[in-house]
Amino acid sequence: MQRIGVFICWCGSNIAATVDVKKVAEVIKAEPNVVYSADYQYMCSENGQQLLKNAIKEHNLTGVVIGSCSPRMHEATFRKAAAEAGLNPYMLEVANIREQCSWIHKDMEEATEKALILIRTAIAKVRLNSPLTEGESPVTKRALVIGGGIAGIQAALDIAEAGFEVDIVEKNATIGGRMAQLDKTFPTLDCSACILTPKMVDCAQSDKIDIISYSEVEEVKGFVGNFKVKIKKKARYVDEKKCTGCKICMSKCPSKKGLNEFNMNLNTRTAIYIPFAQAIPNVAVIDPEQCIKLKTGKCGICQKFCEAGAINYDMKDEFIDREYGAIVVATGYRPINIDAFNEYGYSDNADVITSLELERLMNAAGPTDGVLLRPSDKTHPKVITFIQCVGSRDVSGCGKPYCSKICCMYTAKHAMLIREKYPDTEVHVFYIDVRTPGKNYDEFYRRAVEQYGVDYIKGMVGKVFNENGKLMVQGSDLINGEQIVIPSDLVVLATAIEPEPSVRKIATLLTASIDTNNFLNESHPKLRPVESPTAGVYLAGVCQGPKDIPETVSQASACAAKVIGLLVKDKLKTNPCVAHVNEMMCNGCSQCANVCAYGAITYVDKEFRLGGGKTEVRRVSSVNPAVCQGCGACTVTCPSGAMDLSGFSTKQIMSEVEAICRK
Amino acid sequence: MQDVEKIIKERAASLLKSGEAARVVGWKKGEFYFDPSPAAFESEEQLKDFVYNGFCGANLSKYLIEASKKPGKTAVFLKPCDTYSLNELVKEHRVKRENVIAIGIECGGKLDVEKIKDKGVFAVTSVTEEDGGKVKVSSLYGENEFDKKDVLLIKCFTCKGKTHVGVDETIVVNPVEEAPENRFAEVERLEAMTEEERFAFWKSELSKCIRCNACRNVCPACSCVKCVFDNPQSGVAAKANDDEFEEQLYHIIRAFHVAGRCTDCGECSRVCPQRIPLHLLNRKFIKDMNACYGEFQAGESAEGRTPLTDYTEKDVEPNNIFSAGVKK
Repeated sequence: MQRIGVFICWCGSNIAATVDVKKVAEVIKAEPNVVYSADYQYMCSENGQQLLKNAIKEHNLTGVVIGSCSPRMHEATFRKAAAEAGLNPYMLEVANIREQCSWIHKDMEEATEKALILIRTAIAKVRLNSPLTEGESPVTKRALVIGGGIAGIQAALDIAEAGFEVDIVEKNATIGGRMAQLDKTFPTLDCSACILTPKMVDCAQSDKIDIISYSEVEEVKGFVGNFKVKIKKKARYVDEKKCTGCKICMSKCPSKKGLNEFNMNLNTRTAIYIPFAQAIPNVAVIDPEQCIKLKTGKCGICQKFCEAGAINYDMKDEFIDREYGAIVVATGYRPINIDAFNEYGYSDNADVITSLELERLMNAAGPTDGVLLRPSDKTHPKVITFIQCVGSRDVSGCGKPYCSKICCMYTAKHAMLIREKYPDTEVHVFYIDVRTPGKNYDEFYRRAVEQYGVDYIKGMVGKVFNENGKLMVQGSDLINGEQIVIPSDLVVLATAIEPEPSVRKIATLLTASIDTNNFLNESHPKLRPVESPTAGVYLAGVCQGPKDIPETVSQASACAAKVIGLLVKDKLKTNPCVAHVNEMMCNGCSQCANVCAYGAITYVDKEFRLGGGKTEVRRVSSVNPAVCQGCGACTVTCPSGAMDLSGFSTKQIMSEVEAICRK
Repeated sequence: MQDVEKIIKERAASLLKSGEAARVVGWKKGEFYFDPSPAAFESEEQLKDFVYNGFCGANLSKYLIEASKKPGKTAVFLKPCDTYSLNELVKEHRVKRENVIAIGIECGGKLDVEKIKDKGVFAVTSVTEEDGGKVKVSSLYGENEFDKKDVLLIKCFTCKGKTHVGVDETIVVNPVEEAPENRFAEVERLEAMTEEERFAFWKSELSKCIRCNACRNVCPACSCVKCVFDNPQSGVAAKANDDEFEEQLYHIIRAFHVAGRCTDCGECSRVCPQRIPLHLLNRKFIKDMNACYGEFQAGESAEGRTPLTDYTEKDVEPNNIFSAGVKK
């Protein structure tokens, strides 16, 4: 016979203003098994916890229900307090009467009624609770960083600095990511490569960091502290150990028509190439789509000239299996496809370009060697018009509803750099709002306007069209209240950014949740911003939401701190709410193993007594409690109901449903 | 028909004689011509009662669960559609395939004695196939001729095809042309109804249920060691029901349990003494799964996963079931 205590928290006025807490505490006394009930201003306070502990001891409580905020907030607090009073922590349940009740109702009578139902539901569950004990699992002291941009690089460096081994898996041939493509960085205007490449070199030189480039994560199994990851190392056709990066292959390669992705396809490259001068690893890669030898079998020039003998046309994709304790996702972003925005004429006019393309046109290592020449006729543009918010803050469905956050600052940067280098150039910027929160950011933007004379026009652009070789930018000037047309030589679109699409696959592999814009969800938007809701998975950079370099680096370091905090532990406490099988009912049909995302289920042949001295060997399911994460997928898949979940048994859930439905 | 029965019987005899098989699972002559029933034959002597005629609609694959546990091999005769059930049972590790000799046999569609009775013909003594899709039915009271398709079992209307899957050998003397029909036509008719009409349809059908459990007991997918409906701990077991609605739950739960594993063998409807079209529930699931996850035939292979226990990136998102046409 359970002796249940019920505690109703006011949460100041958060609950008490909408729920009649006194009434709830009074009415609930009449529930079977309830021997004590109380209400208190702040149950989570020291005094509140003391109230709980005293009641457990005085009334010999065997079960506790707390009506308070979401269990995500304080379940751990209350369970700890209960344990201190000698009660098994898993005999305590939290009924969420704040987020799911008081906060969403206005009518006190209704909210009070609902609070009572929610508490009765928790009582129904506690009646069937049984004491559970946490287990332990070991921690693999190695981290995986997915993505080798600035976020991944920073996270890896910090983790390595603490003495743990880190692998960076990068899908491209080199690490560096988007930051390597940028010319200068705001708000200090220092050269992007100059500050990035030392970090890339640090990665390469660290004996703790293993850069696995031109590779992708194929499969992830396991759980926090014990991830098992399969990495696909794509065939690069060049032996990484032998290649010296001398580039003789590039100078001899006859296939020169491949689009240069690093330069945003503004020029071409050879079929065998090193993406850029400071690439890490400084090893060539062959593009199989362009390589004549791989396509037709004839050529082999690079192999002939390679003194190191590094070229191997027969190379195949390889798979590497590694184990990790923690995973950092830093998969980054790309500019959105703006073909749908016909009004800007991006697809039709070579001189309508994106900001990232402009970065390459201004970069000394870019297609024009840093001289700003417009793509169509390689002349200096005299009038340049920037259009902000292309695809950002767009609710028409063509673009993205969110603010891409970095565009205001980089557009100011571009405008300033152009006016600095080419003072005879006229620069206009169409903007909706200029958003510059950040240290020295607004000062930066003001410098563009006040010191460099950039013409900022508040208003949106309706149309860009080509008239006798001039790009006519037609827009509204909201401040002067007029329609204007600016004949321009070059139009730069501040294109919205979106998460790199491969993040969807990664999220699936990691069972990490993703929002409608493909950004990975953090565990709590304010209080746990770098942790994914999946334990042991951390988020750095734009994969979690738009952000600039300083913010990305901060988040990456925060990730590293979380990872280090995990890896220093020798053992992790495991969740005792795991699945278990009733072997007498198990069919051995494998459906549970099929749906298990963690590989926690295996099968064993067991002998069963049939009666009359006869036995039978049957194949039955077996759950590894250290691997099981308690998701419950197996319990609902099992046709015979042989599988059940401790702490969330089918019976408990059904009794909760019954309590809710009871009139 | 006669000669194939003879060949099958001879094969059964040779398997038993040589000791290759310890037993043969087939159909045994019943009290009447029209009621042969599944049976295991362990000697050549016993084979005298072996029959294979137009009323051998029963799917023998489920009997292999127990038979394949016994010492020695079990030979079994399977019509094309039955072979899918065997594959599914092998996939779920319910039948030990290594202990089974699966022999695929020809089938030109099996007959429904109830339909013949509906036509006023009782005490059937033999049925012979005639040209032009006709059958000659002899009874104690004379001879009648019917269009074969008018007296076919429901499941044979929408035949799965004449290909045997995963068998060790086949006996096909009279090959039959496949006559594919839209097996979802009836489901589509139900889908076109209003919610109220559909509810009324199922209420009227399912309230006929006498809860004899025949559909479950015959179903090759219902192979649980302990069925939830027989387990007082499950919370859904009940022999006698409070109201007709509970009957609906029984059939709906069962349809959910076999979803993705049901090969559409049609045994549930064949054995239902109340003639409830139970296969339509399963077929609706099959149709929806095909729409959401691509064409899938349970039992086509003895390996792999069902769409419901697998995840691919192409899977339809739960909120897209409307665009997949599953729900209107």
